[in-house]
Amino acid sequence: MRYTMFLYNDESAFTEPSPEEMQEQLAVYGAYIGALKEAGVFVDTDWLQPSQTATTITLKDGGKRVQDGPYADTKEQLGGYFVIDVPDLDTALEWAEKCPSVHSGQIEVRPSAMPEGQK
Amino acid sequence: MIARDPARAALDEAARASRAKLLAVLATRSGDITACEDALAEAFVRAAQSWTTTGVPNSPEAWLLTTARNHLKDHFKSATFRTTTSLESENTEGFTMENIDPNAIPDERLKLMFVCAHPAIDEAVRAPLMLQTVLGLDATDIGQAFLLPGTTMAQRLVRAKRKIRDARISFVLPDRDDMGPRLESVLEAIYGAVAASWTRGAESDDPEHDLDREATFLSDLLVDLGPQEAEALGLAALLNFIIARREAQQDDAGTLIPLRDQDAELWNRRRLVRAETLLRRAKNAGDIGRFQLEAAIQAVHCDRRKSGKTDWISIVQLYEGLLRLTPTMGAAVAQAAAIGEAYGPQAGLDVLEKVEKNSGKNYQPLWAARAHLLEMAGQNAEAAYDQAVRLTKSAKALAYLSRKRERARHRRECGTVKADTD
Repeated sequence: MRYTMFLYNDESAFTEPSPEEMQEQLAVYGAYIGALKEAGVFVDTDWLQPSQTATTITLKDGGKRVQDGPYADTKEQLGGYFVIDVPDLDTALEWAEKCPSVHSGQIEVRPSAMPEGQK
Repeated sequence: MIARDPARAALDEAARASRAKLLAVLATRSGDITACEDALAEAFVRAAQSWTTTGVPNSPEAWLLTTARNHLKDHFKSATFRTTTSLESENTEGFTMENIDPNAIPDERLKLMFVCAHPAIDEAVRAPLMLQTVLGLDATDIGQAFLLPGTTMAQRLVRAKRKIRDARISFVLPDRDDMGPRLESVLEAIYGAVAASWTRGAESDDPEHDLDREATFLSDLLVDLGPQEAEALGLAALLNFIIARREAQQDDAGTLIPLRDQDAELWNRRRLVRAETLLRRAKNAGDIGRFQLEAAIQAVHCDRRKSGKTDWISIVQLYEGLLRLTPTMGAAVAQAAAIGEAYGPQAGLDVLEKVEKNSGKNYQPLWAARAHLLEMAGQNAEAAYDQAVRLTKSAKALAYLSRKRERARHRRECGTVKADTD
């Protein structure tokens, strides 16, 4: 079953990383992605720019509305995600526990709702 | 006595003895508790039709399992199911039901319990979920035990089962590291079942009620599973103390007899011995927990059988420890009552005064304890009994409290309000 791990972080706690720190971050996440691939559970991932770069759009109330900023203006913001394919929730939680960002923020784990064969 | 319809009797027996076991076997394999409950209900309906005409099958359990399994397979093949869920093909096709031997059905109730206690399930619904799935209580009874309307409870249970299915929480026993917190919820639910058993008990003609038997069976299983878990031992001890007193707990008319008035000779000695052994093992296992303390309180009460009197001071102290560990209203009221016995009714009434600030005015045990202490103090207890009667849901307690209220009224009318010596 596919699960998406949503990585939430308090952006205000972030400082601009130095090039060395950036390299280190990339290496840490690279190793994690490597482990996911090696276990054969990796599906997809992305690392997002800060939420001030977000633009939100809706057609919900008839007209088109485009707004600057993220959908929810909360302290903890979505910073990235991983999609993995594992047998059950416990296994997904084990992988979430190994994700580097679990030490600095929250990870929300959600099962896929997509019927099999349409993924 | 009129001979019972054998089909009806076999159905009742299967519902009592096999329902949870069958549900556990089906649910551990499909992950969908609701669908399994529906399939089992359907199997029971078909059994009611078929067994009366063609006779009770050799193994009712196997018959029910096969019927429910077929119904479940149809459900998973159905068009609505396929378009509304995300279960993968392996789970619907393979659905490893074929390899359960209907004549040797494994007992997977503990797995079912531990799924209900998974940290991904809302904490408040874990115990209710176990009571419903493993012990077969209905949402209304559970709601009553957890002070919630039945409909609210039913919605929460449905939501929790959906989460287990959709997030695919697997039905496995947790390993040692994850056992601790989940064990706590499991113990809580088993304890809740025994409390519910007492309120429902009047329906059963068996002194050791069905739920008692189920709950002790499960707590014994837990003890076997983790012999070093002090709290599992503590709960098993507590249950044995409670169940040992069942016979002495009500008179022939079904009226409650409170612990202090019970005939200790009627307590079940075999159960008491087992309880004491379990409590000793719990003490040796270290870690004092809530259930061990509650069992220790019961042990002091049950010592009255040997010594002829109750050591209320020890009971007050044990409640002190319990309140520090888990401050519940029930324990606070029980301690106040014990203080009244140990240090005089006025001391107990003073403590109750403080407890009321937290519990509010609608907590039944508070009024029952207050009425008793007022009576001990030789004061008019009629109004307190009125409140206790108004708030009581159990028929047995109602009969007892109504009788006490009548006596309190009688004393007031005769102008002789003095200590009750009954």
